[in-house]
Amino acid sequence: MIERVVKIKNKAGLHTRPAATIVKLAAQYKCEFFISRNGMNINGKSIIGVMTLAAEEGAELVLTFDGVDEEEAANEIVAFFENGFGEE
Amino acid sequence: MKSFKDIYRSAENKIAGIGAAPGIVIGDVYLFTKEKLEISKASITDVEEAIKNLHEALERSKKELTKIFAIAKEKMGPTRAGIFEAHLMILDDPILILNIINRIKKEKKQPEYIVHDEITKYQDLMIISHESYMKERAHDIEDIKNRIVRNLRKKQWKSKIQSDVIIISETLTPADTLLLSRNKVKGFITDHGGLTSHAAIISRSLNIPAVVGTHDASHKLKEGQKVIVDGFHGYVLFNPTKAQIKFFEAKHEHLVSLQKELEHLVDQPAVTKDGKEIELLANVDVTGEIDIVKTSGAQGIGLYRSEQLLDEMGTIPSEEEQTTVYSRLASRMYPDSITIRAFDIGGDKFNLFDYDEPNPFLGLRGIRLLLENSKLFKEQIKAVLRASKNKNIKFMLPMVSTIVEIRRSKKIISDCMAELSKENIKFDSEMDIGIMVEVPSAAVMTKELAIEVDFLSIGTNDLVQYLMAVDRGNDLVSDLYQEFSPVVLRTIKMIVDDANRAGKPVSLCGEMAAETLAMPLLVGLGLESLSISPTTIPYAKKIITSFKFKDAKKMAKNCVENCFEEEIVNNLEKFFEKNNIVRTRNII
Repeated sequence: MIERVVKIKNKAGLHTRPAATIVKLAAQYKCEFFISRNGMNINGKSIIGVMTLAAEEGAELVLTFDGVDEEEAANEIVAFFENGFGEE
Repeated sequence: MKSFKDIYRSAENKIAGIGAAPGIVIGDVYLFTKEKLEISKASITDVEEAIKNLHEALERSKKELTKIFAIAKEKMGPTRAGIFEAHLMILDDPILILNIINRIKKEKKQPEYIVHDEITKYQDLMIISHESYMKERAHDIEDIKNRIVRNLRKKQWKSKIQSDVIIISETLTPADTLLLSRNKVKGFITDHGGLTSHAAIISRSLNIPAVVGTHDASHKLKEGQKVIVDGFHGYVLFNPTKAQIKFFEAKHEHLVSLQKELEHLVDQPAVTKDGKEIELLANVDVTGEIDIVKTSGAQGIGLYRSEQLLDEMGTIPSEEEQTTVYSRLASRMYPDSITIRAFDIGGDKFNLFDYDEPNPFLGLRGIRLLLENSKLFKEQIKAVLRASKNKNIKFMLPMVSTIVEIRRSKKIISDCMAELSKENIKFDSEMDIGIMVEVPSAAVMTKELAIEVDFLSIGTNDLVQYLMAVDRGNDLVSDLYQEFSPVVLRTIKMIVDDANRAGKPVSLCGEMAAETLAMPLLVGLGLESLSISPTTIPYAKKIITSFKFKDAKKMAKNCVENCFEEEIVNNLEKFFEKNNIVRTRNII
């Protein structure tokens, strides 16, 4: 299992469009993927789940990956967070 | 031949409202409701059948949403339509669907109950958040929940809206209006709202006849009932008689031929008979309207209501997203110019910030809110500047009431310019900055305010409301919302005279300019530029080319001296008669 802490970097926060991209990225991998914040643990492969996360600029989230391709999944998804979802 | 008056006087099958978008249409009513669904919690015996039904309902919902997604992409562009893509993904959400199926198997209850209960759980999680956009998100998901439930009940399932119907609803949101218009909807009738409600503005710009403010039409009319919608006079006739249908069909035909006649005016300038040219600009709400603007013969965009972006996108667009939208608008209009009005948020428009104000119309709105939220303001300014490379953008501040507000805004704008320069980003360093004059205090100070800015634009919607102290959305007092009140005329005259003395261009935007009756009056008061909904531009040209400025000036002078709105309206009607001008309302 891999655990990574990420910070929201874009101004608009984790809004609907990046949420959709995260779920689409996660769907390509077999491993389990969870996002947790403030004691809430959300399945990262569920769009409606990820949409319940209110994460503004600067918020910290814990991502966990568990499964055969956990490393590849972690690399791609963490990079998407670090990149500020490709936004400002 | 009978007149409209004769028809309405004797008609017992009429519902009176406000004619919000001109045009006549005859068709069948489609009741557009968003009422709460009664959810059945009944037990089931055949689990397999229930799961099969669930999958079918999900598929049907997907088909519907895919269509909406496509429309949104076309109307709003792929980035902003992304929100619908996320909604589509919910219908494929493996975790959500697995949970629902497991519960159906375990609890043996109606799938609609389980679907409703599961999605509501997520909505509740969103609602407890303090962020207002999360509440919006929860509201958005309501649509998906109801869609699945509706599709689960095959029998009650209303097929997608048929073409050629007349939509009737208690209220319509801008998004509803936009989406419904794509279904070849013929007309709109709503219970609430006035001339300046967003649904009214959008139906006007999309050229769909509408009657609003009928109070209870949605309760009086039944689905499938035949109606005549008269968007000129603000009446709905239900179960029309043969004679009525004949009358309105003839009027409609006349209207169509008139519109053809107007088409040749598109490339002509609006010049009075004695040679005074009036600049006609277009008001734009949604970016999808730009095509209509291009074909209307407008000489530019006089008012781009940028806050509509928030509505289209459901959230505050980033600087980058704004830059894309503004750049696209500017390049499509080039070499004509486009006036972008800074976000006019607050009042009745968008409650993104959760300010608890007892009296929002007298509260933190327009420039007041922007100065309080400098991050939001700066992002917009920078996006506007980034899009201004080709020097065809002007920037306008809404709801200005003091000189201090202008100076503070200009300071922020020059800060933004300095920051962009540091990054070596190109922009128009001499971009015109103007203000809306829409608050009495600004009107009174026009002379001094004009010195501070490059241009002024009179916003009649708010100006009338604040001058008359009347809430324009309140049906109970909307008769006091008098655009032709001597108070309004005198104020407009004062603003125009003061701006002229200061040597600053002044335009007028707002719904008053779209009222054809007002045109000779506004020209007579000295306005040389009007910004109106694009579909009104050909009519405006026809009117302006039919009279002499000299006569309009004399008539306006008389009107300014009148004491009653009725006198002024009479004067105007006489002017139309004397100059043999056909008006939209009585040409038909």
